Amino acid sequence: MSNYSEILFRPVFKENPIALQMLGICSALAVTSKLYPTLIMCVALTVTVSLSNFFISMIRNITPSNIRIIVQMTIISSLVILVDQALKAYDYETSKTLSVFVGLIITNCIVMGRAEAFAMQNPPGVSFLDGFGNGLGYSVILIILGTIRELFGTGTILEYEIFPLVQNGGWYVPNNFFLLPPVSFILIGLIIWALRAWQRDQIEEPEFSMSKNSPEIIPNPPPAPSSKGSS
Amino acid sequence: MNKDSALNIAFIGIGLCLLCSAIISLIAIQLRSVQNENVVKDMQKKIVSSAGLELEYGSVENAMMNIKTIVVDLDQGKIVDINPNSYELSKELREEGKYKFLSAENDIASIKKREKYSKVFIEYKDDKINTLILPVRGYGLWGILYGYLAIKSDFNTVAGLEFYEHKETPGLGAEIDNPKWKALWKGKKIYQENGEVSLKVIKGNVLASSDNINYEVDGLSGATLTCNGVTNLIAYWMGSDGFLNFINNLRELDV
Repeated sequence: MSNYSEILFRPVFKENPIALQMLGICSALAVTSKLYPTLIMCVALTVTVSLSNFFISMIRNITPSNIRIIVQMTIISSLVILVDQALKAYDYETSKTLSVFVGLIITNCIVMGRAEAFAMQNPPGVSFLDGFGNGLGYSVILIILGTIRELFGTGTILEYEIFPLVQNGGWYVPNNFFLLPPVSFILIGLIIWALRAWQRDQIEEPEFSMSKNSPEIIPNPPPAPSSKGSS
Repeated sequence: MNKDSALNIAFIGIGLCLLCSAIISLIAIQLRSVQNENVVKDMQKKIVSSAGLELEYGSVENAMMNIKTIVVDLDQGKIVDINPNSYELSKELREEGKYKFLSAENDIASIKKREKYSKVFIEYKDDKINTLILPVRGYGLWGILYGYLAIKSDFNTVAGLEFYEHKETPGLGAEIDNPKWKALWKGKKIYQENGEVSLKVIKGNVLASSDNINYEVDGLSGATLTCNGVTNLIAYWMGSDGFLNFINNLRELDV
């Protein structure tokens, strides 16, 4: 039983798709300027990755290995189109905000990565859990980003005013910088830093070691000229 | 059966594609009516709220009952007998002869081509025109802003401005959707005594001492180009290349 919870929760902090595997960064930059669309995006991705893992795993034993990527892509894109259509029907406002980024779940590396790395080797039930867990891991990071960016960028959370804005007679001047995509990069960097300070085994081995900075040029510092007067 | 045999590849490949496309088409068709309803509702909401009629009538549906949709020939300024339900701006701009290219000096709003016919909404109250809702568009910073400008029955006072599609930066240019900013437009005048379009978005806030207080709207900080785009689209669509001919005709009818 603990094995299942391990599969479900491992991707949240230990093997986070964004913070450790560095996947799905593109949408993390693009949709997180407000929290509500971020939440919808998290749900959309979690549904897609869970179900795609499930279906791909179901037919893994009859999938010819040389067209397996095409098979995976067909299933993933079908699911994404379904999610997109459902969103247009039941949450039209948000689907307008998210626009192209729902369709771009197809190219989100998390979905394809999990299909190839996990669902092709494991039975459907476990694959579903793995997909759901990775969706959660993605969601955790996105929700952190969305909350911080909306709070400092517009002074609100889910459109509810937390910091009273100057233009509404309050004190907070919204920091528009937080609404621009590069902020997500900085925030993701900080999250990774915090995560690795906590889970030290995530720190990667350095790929090369720095050599000493040309020690032979200045073997000994030259003696200071004696003419420099003493005070 | 060997799963890597050519037969199996063909079978799985074709089978999967057929299955997926069948499921998608089925669900897409199931959802289409709901989706179309959403699009229509969203459009109606924008039209109604551009004129601030939602409060007056209590709901979008009630307001739409008092709004008549007509198609107008922009050059002649006359109502033409075209079914407004079949009218679609994107279609008009594709069909040869239904649009004209604008020369650089005429193209104030940077829209490149202008349709021959435009779909206009009129709110009637006691059989008299109360509000005129005109579709306007112009280039902002990242793309064309599409919106509705609502004008009172004197054809000079703004009742409201609402954009339904744009690509402006959230928090900066996209603040054109901010209700507080939109509220600033209400009651502003468009034409000077001499008929010149003077309504514009200025930089910074309008001073109470300004001579043109009725013709100026506060700028959005950090969104100068978007604001210029809004100024330009009003100058264009309220000018003689836009709805001026139609408005003049309506004025004459009134007299």
